[in-house]
Amino acid sequence: MRRRAILGYGAPGVGAVALMLFVGWWQVDGPGGPEPIGQRPVALTAMDFRLTDHEGNAVGPETLIGRPTMAFFGFTYCPDVCPTTLSDISGWLDDLGDEADEMNVVFITVDPERDTVETMAEYVGYFHPAIRGWTGPEEQIARVADGFHATYERVPTESGDYTMNHSASVFLFAASGRFVTMIDYHEPREFAVPKIRRALEEETEGAT
Amino acid sequence: MKKYILTSTLAALLTLGGLSVPALAGPEDVVVENAWSRASIGMNRPGAAYMTIRNTGDEPVTLIGLTTPLAMMPEIHETKTNAEGVSSMTPAGEIAIAPGESVALESGGLHAMLMRLQEPMTEGDTFPLTLLFDDGGEVTVEVPILGIAARGPDD
Repeated sequence: MRRRAILGYGAPGVGAVALMLFVGWWQVDGPGGPEPIGQRPVALTAMDFRLTDHEGNAVGPETLIGRPTMAFFGFTYCPDVCPTTLSDISGWLDDLGDEADEMNVVFITVDPERDTVETMAEYVGYFHPAIRGWTGPEEQIARVADGFHATYERVPTESGDYTMNHSASVFLFAASGRFVTMIDYHEPREFAVPKIRRALEEETEGAT
Repeated sequence: MKKYILTSTLAALLTLGGLSVPALAGPEDVVVENAWSRASIGMNRPGAAYMTIRNTGDEPVTLIGLTTPLAMMPEIHETKTNAEGVSSMTPAGEIAIAPGESVALESGGLHAMLMRLQEPMTEGDTFPLTLLFDDGGEVTVEVPILGIAARGPDD
């Protein structure tokens, strides 16, 4: 409706308004804006990355569109948080029963150096069969993390190896790709299944 | 290495009545309950073990370290998750347990981190883990190894 009024001023007016909008976006939400900590992920439809799943298939954000998605980051050399999260997720999927079949569940490594396709295949095999393991080149992992506003960092250990600090939240997206909510690592576990149901329900509501 | 095995065998012989959990040994006032761990894939990855350590005595006790024939570098580590949801792990140092109090080594918090495994951790097996205290006391517990996807001691 506003657009109709603007049309009256002709192309230069539209151009000026567009420029103002662009400047506003740049300063508030765009690359020129301040970087808030703990931001929400962007929509899957706004992400761009190329990875390989644990069966060797090429995958990307588009693989996830059309079904609700549960995604999280970790690495297979992780002794505590990652197996715990994977076991928790396996339990939630068991609780959801048939509903779980309608979801994508993706475990994305932040340690592609050690987590090859074969390593991911062996590891995810120990958990719920719905869980897919995704890996890929370091620069593609970085792009995924950017889209999720997730962080990870390689840290040397006393034993001469290294470990990874990483975002431990579980991210939930609607079938449309829109980010719905996340399950934080320290959240009471009984909140998880209702949150997952919310992501599942957004699908039928035709989320924006 | 030989000496180490000898002392640990000796300790096991002196202090262990059997493979049952909870195990009580060494300093009479320390009780270890609900010990468990997850199976490992091979030997390259660190393992983790969990338990509750209870001080039933009248004096504080301080846990200063761990030994086990299973791993060259067993250490108490702590997982911390910050406000941005980022998890990290650091050595926890010494852990003081006040009289009547207990400390839980559990997923997402304190845990016995088993670095440089000497053999794979196989589901169904157990391994001895010795807790070292600052007064020279030791408590050895047999830790059951559960499946990789185990969620707790009862899984």
